[in-house]
Amino acid sequence: MPMTLAEKILARASGRVSVEPEEIVVANVDVALSHENADLVRKSFAEIGAAHVWDPSKIVIILDHRVPAESERTAETHKAIREFVAAQDIRNFYDVGRGGICHQVLAERGHVLPGMVVVGTDSHTTTHGAFGAFATGIGATEMAGVWTTGKLWFKVPATLRVEVEGSLGPWISAKDLILYVIGKLGSDGADYRAVEFDGPAIRNMSVASRMVLANLSMEMGAKVAFTPVDAAVLRYLSVRSGRDIVDSADYHADEGAKYEAVIRIDASVELNEPRIACPHSVDNVRPISELAGLPVNQAVLGSCTNGRLEDFEIAARILVGRTVHPRTRLIVIPASQEIYLEAMELGYIKAMVQAGAMVNPPGCGPCVGVHQGILAAGEICISTTNRNFIGRMGSKDSKVYLASPAVVAASAIAGCIAHPQVVVEEALACSA
Amino acid sequence: MLRIKGRVAAVLPDNIDTDIIYPGRYLNITDREKTPEHLFELSYPEIRETLHPGDLMVGGRNFGCGSSREQAAAAIKFAGAGAVIASSFARIFYRNAINLGLPLIIAPAATGRIQPGDELEIDLAAGQILNQTRNETYPAAKLDVRAIELLEAGGLIPYLKASHVQI
Ligand code: SF4
Repeated sequence: MPMTLAEKILARASGRVSVEPEEIVVANVDVALSHENADLVRKSFAEIGAAHVWDPSKIVIILDHRVPAESERTAETHKAIREFVAAQDIRNFYDVGRGGICHQVLAERGHVLPGMVVVGTDSHTTTHGAFGAFATGIGATEMAGVWTTGKLWFKVPATLRVEVEGSLGPWISAKDLILYVIGKLGSDGADYRAVEFDGPAIRNMSVASRMVLANLSMEMGAKVAFTPVDAAVLRYLSVRSGRDIVDSADYHADEGAKYEAVIRIDASVELNEPRIACPHSVDNVRPISELAGLPVNQAVLGSCTNGRLEDFEIAARILVGRTVHPRTRLIVIPASQEIYLEAMELGYIKAMVQAGAMVNPPGCGPCVGVHQGILAAGEICISTTNRNFIGRMGSKDSKVYLASPAVVAASAIAGCIAHPQVVVEEALACSA
Repeated sequence: MLRIKGRVAAVLPDNIDTDIIYPGRYLNITDREKTPEHLFELSYPEIRETLHPGDLMVGGRNFGCGSSREQAAAAIKFAGAGAVIASSFARIFYRNAINLGLPLIIAPAATGRIQPGDELEIDLAAGQILNQTRNETYPAAKLDVRAIELLEAGGLIPYLKASHVQI
């Protein structure tokens, strides 16, 4: 029977010929990812009582949420993790200054391949669907179970297919597209489902942009989200893994696979301007024209959604030779050490610092509201991150608007939410 | 475990996210027993005062959406809640709660009717909620076998200890 990609991967990983939605399978896990919450996993693992993890080569731990340690408590957490990885011989450990945000580093260092089952103690593990992996978030106790047995049960998800025709216009990015989709489907529109993105607009995207789609699909509840495994992805993975990754039918849905629904979007027509997710939910999406002119106190460029080289490139293009507005603070966080270095060599960092940006070390930065750019009561932030929940980035009385890197850079210059086109034409149109 | 009785301590709206349940700034607290100190701290701090052991909590659609933080489920469980009833739950929160031994009940027909203070009796196996205060019954989705197994064991850790690991 023809299967979707989610069904195919789960069938293989559970030793079955075929599976159908709603069935429960026990799958072998290929990669088990954790960050600082490896400390929670470690404690649950100790309670279970196993002496050794099932396979240290399949466990990856990357410190990113609070780097470098912002408090004594975090320092103790980091220390406990270091001791644990040494004792368990977990070699894939990326300490402070060696990696960056877990999802970026996992891909960059070649840990993910198509057809794999990847679980992570982080909800945005869906990011790795951009490489054809069945990748999803789990909790810490569940991860302790994976560390013990190497297996995890899954309910086979039904699949939604999103086909995007047309092309993305100037100043329109993958971020605008996925915000548009989330606005259409709602924050639970893909709950428990797999999502397959395809169509010309997707196939023309860079690998980094596809990661944006898979990453943010979490915000409509998706269990996993795939973009096509094509030549661009195979090339990326071959370079990253140092192996020759060749195409296989295992990495694609079968012709005639059953979808719960097919959503068709014509990007050329429907996506005529950048999109912004307004407080306090990611599905509260509006076109930028409805928000232009809203003053912002802080602008944030970074995160596992938009902290990659192409994001820095477009932001630098807008920032170079300009100055961040006096009422606005611009905080920039490369997603990894590697991106930091490249952005430096290409002059992006210099352009940003000259414009008045503050560069934070690679990691999650203020995204989860613990350090490096916390908001005060009444403050407004425009950010390339992926969540705008109440109090996410600081005070419960602050507001976070989510947007593309171009819109964030343009708004930093204007001091208010601004269309990048308006800023590069220097026709700044801010009130106050 | 398959029958739960309790008083409803709080009725919450749709899309209660994990940052509302347990703010990100306290994620470096890794003692599960300490998590209730920050339960609903930003938006509903009063729940901590009114929730007594065995009380029930009711939400709307997509309860527990957002991050994978287990502390969100742990804070509700260790504050003493007997179960959470909602129209739907976000996926990771659902798994976390069951893994920690906190029953979650999906009952879209019930959530609009139940008020704070109502006394409920939940029959997990039959998939039914009896509202003793209002003398109403509502259907609830039956828990799947896997979830019942885990809840009966008291969560994933005792389950794995008992069934899987030969140490
Ligand atoms: S950047 Fe933000 S969303 Fe991404 S992993 Fe870090 S805290 Fe989570």
